[in-house]
Amino acid sequence: MSLDKAAVAKVANLARIRIEEKDLEPMAAELNNILGWVEQLGEVDTDNVEPMTSVADMRLRWRADAVTDGGYVEDVVANAPSREDGFFAVPKVIE
Amino acid sequence: MGMIIQGATGDWEVVIGLEIHAQVTSKSKLFSGASAEYGAEPNSQVSFVDAAMPGMLPVINEMAVEQAVRTGLGLNAKINKFSVFDRKNYFFPDLPQGYQISQYLQPIVGEGKILIDLKDGETREIGITRLHLEQDAGKSLHDQHPSQTFIDLNRCGVPLMEIVSEPDMRSPEEAAVYVKKIRSIVRYLGTCDGNMEEGSMRADVNVSVRKPGDEFGTRCELKNINSVRFMQQAIIYEANRQVDILEAGGTVDQETRLYDPVKGETRSMRSKEEAQDYRYFPDPDLLPLEFDGAFIERIRETLPELPDPKKARFIKDLGLSPYDAGVLVAEKEVADYFEAVAEGRDAKLAANWVIGELFGHLNRTSKSLGESPVAAPALGELLDLISDGTISNRIAKEVFEEMFDTGKMAGAIVEEKGLKQVSDTGAIEAAIDAVIAANPDKAAEYKSGKDKLFGFFMGQVMKATQGKANPGVVTEILKPKLDA
Repeated sequence: MSLDKAAVAKVANLARIRIEEKDLEPMAAELNNILGWVEQLGEVDTDNVEPMTSVADMRLRWRADAVTDGGYVEDVVANAPSREDGFFAVPKVIE
Repeated sequence: MGMIIQGATGDWEVVIGLEIHAQVTSKSKLFSGASAEYGAEPNSQVSFVDAAMPGMLPVINEMAVEQAVRTGLGLNAKINKFSVFDRKNYFFPDLPQGYQISQYLQPIVGEGKILIDLKDGETREIGITRLHLEQDAGKSLHDQHPSQTFIDLNRCGVPLMEIVSEPDMRSPEEAAVYVKKIRSIVRYLGTCDGNMEEGSMRADVNVSVRKPGDEFGTRCELKNINSVRFMQQAIIYEANRQVDILEAGGTVDQETRLYDPVKGETRSMRSKEEAQDYRYFPDPDLLPLEFDGAFIERIRETLPELPDPKKARFIKDLGLSPYDAGVLVAEKEVADYFEAVAEGRDAKLAANWVIGELFGHLNRTSKSLGESPVAAPALGELLDLISDGTISNRIAKEVFEEMFDTGKMAGAIVEEKGLKQVSDTGAIEAAIDAVIAANPDKAAEYKSGKDKLFGFFMGQVMKATQGKANPGVVTEILKPKLDA
């Protein structure tokens, strides 16, 4: 697997990360290094090995259906750059 | 019957598949202990998990798992004892995590099927592809401020079931009946309240067109439709739009479109450059969801009788027509009401009164069954008065009117107004004699062969007795007198 400049620009856009045009090529090279390193895992024979879902021998914990949280509007919106009547207020996002 | 669009180049068939988002009935959210109730003050039902504060971890709500399994069983579907939660990545202000926790390759419920009954009496099987659990997003309010959008995260993290159908529907009617059927099933199961106005049930509709027998065409997805009527309008508009494009030699772009009920048209929602690329991957915060067969069986044991088996029973055991049975089972409340009325009584009579008189009155006064001034035992008492001959069917309608208006019991009204049916042959005979004496010419005509006049005499006698005469007794006495 290999990423070209266009793929890096697309992924950056999807992740909302700004990358200058001049940095795309070096970034592609760096990412390709990482991908190449990870791809070495493909050399390991995994026939008849169950996919591993966790490194810890644990089961998913379930909780009972009860209201045990919430009710702190002030804390929730405390970090909002802009707020109004308990709402977060953001620049208009309608097409 | 499928919908066919007659184009310049021949007939086109419409192909429809649906994704229904149904809010799971639960007290708290899918992965947090904040309340899932509708209509609270903004951001008052938000935990730090829902607000995606750093370091907060999701813990699954057992009720959401149970409800998904219960719904899967109601859809005759395969339940997967092992399923996986994935992150569906996209950016939007009402999604603080930057991803929705959903299920992608390994959903909790697999393939199933349901039956839908169409107007022409045909029954069709619609395939269910899957059902998976996912989080709802928050709510954006665009109309509160000229330059800002307000965000309320109360709905953020509320558990949803996404029910995906196979592309098995061929007309807007079929799609509408399918949605109503799913709604009916989840309401019977108690897994979703099915309230489309409050957004606890919403549908995305996939529409494509093709020449009959061809491969499926390219589909467009119509988003977030919150009424069955709008859905049908949107499908008709969209199918015709696609036919126009194809017949002009163009190609349909696979895209997401929004239905505008005001303009009655669909329009492109997201441009092609920003085509959806959700980069799903297993959520590292959550282990796979696992349970055993005993868990499924415990839930299966709590399943209520569902609409299809109930309908079959109403037809087979109670002798109702398929139409009446279908009307009565569509809503669980209606079926329960009907069964309470029919218990130990003539089921067909009960069906006629519930569907005819009761529904008629409820419709006229815009009341729901829950608001009916006539409870099931009260209607039952009225039917008993008809069955034992105390009042005639015609008088019963008057009594029902009064019951509906005042909430009084039938027996009390009959007593108060002296509406008891007269079966006393002496009184009836006197009335008959008077009517015949007053109409000698008509009596002569009847004798000379105008049989139809019997109805006239019957009517006159009923009128003379204010409708209280027992029609059976009247016929018995009137016939020989006229023939004499």
